[in-house]
Amino acid sequence: MVVFPGTWSDCDFHYVISEVLHQPVKYVWHRDRDLQDLDCVVLPGGFSYGDYLRAGAVAGRSPVVGALREFVAQGGSVLGSCNGFQILCEAGFLPGALTRNECLQYRCQSTHLVVDNTETPFTRGLRPGQVLTMPISHGEGKYYAEPETLRELKARNQIVFRYATADGRVTKAANPNGSLENIAGIVNPEGNVLGLMPHPERAAESAIGGTDGLLLFQSLLGSLVEDGSFLKR
Amino acid sequence: MKVRVLVRLKPGILDVQGAAVKRALAGLGFDEVTDLRVGKVIEVELPTGSLAEARQRVGEMCRQLLANPILEDYTLEMADDLAPREAVR
Repeated sequence: MVVFPGTWSDCDFHYVISEVLHQPVKYVWHRDRDLQDLDCVVLPGGFSYGDYLRAGAVAGRSPVVGALREFVAQGGSVLGSCNGFQILCEAGFLPGALTRNECLQYRCQSTHLVVDNTETPFTRGLRPGQVLTMPISHGEGKYYAEPETLRELKARNQIVFRYATADGRVTKAANPNGSLENIAGIVNPEGNVLGLMPHPERAAESAIGGTDGLLLFQSLLGSLVEDGSFLKR
Repeated sequence: MKVRVLVRLKPGILDVQGAAVKRALAGLGFDEVTDLRVGKVIEVELPTGSLAEARQRVGEMCRQLLANPILEDYTLEMADDLAPREAVR
């Protein structure tokens, strides 16, 4: 669980992993470079470095994100949610950019997401076309990519989640921030780096906001157990 | 030596801040504004050296951090055209 000055979802993620999933988890400070004994690195939401310059711009050049390059190259899993997604785009792990919501408003609401790609470690437990309900909470979540990048994203099946209606239709009205083609989450071509604007950690217990977000954690856990890396610890 | 970096959203990228400011101006009676875009000014101070070197270094800063090439363009103004501008008070 990476913590930057200004991160705010770190404790929520930590709680879900330790108290809901009962798995080991630790905090990693933004100046740390040691990611040796980790299976997955989470970049949580918030306003890292005050979002100065651009959302995620300064965090994208921090020591811990520098260390992430080797971690990702070795096949480690990375999940970036909200500000974490912005950081992954700013650091070049994921293509495109996140910019100000088209509606000009900060949007804090429940959204429906249709699942496009179930071949990632984070979504392998889901069905294509399945609809998940998760909250968003951001002012700069409008996904933008140049036409050539969008073509590549589609060709490589990198679009994972899109904002949709409750019955899974991708419509303009279901798009809360003006994202290109309703894109809510994408992966890198290798599939081990996922960025999404919604907050899975805020939908991981039935008492607070539902449990659809938990499916991402459970999918990842299944992947780690299956490939054996988790059992070595 | 001072280098002034102007960072602007690329043409074609919707500037929602600019649109909001334009609407606010219209509300104040300035409805003749046909377009308005908001950018950023970053002033970088460097030890005095060659202009070419400063331009090269700051250009590299823009590519690595100061601008996001997917969304933004940047222009550099160098020391010789950075005469103090008279502030309007």
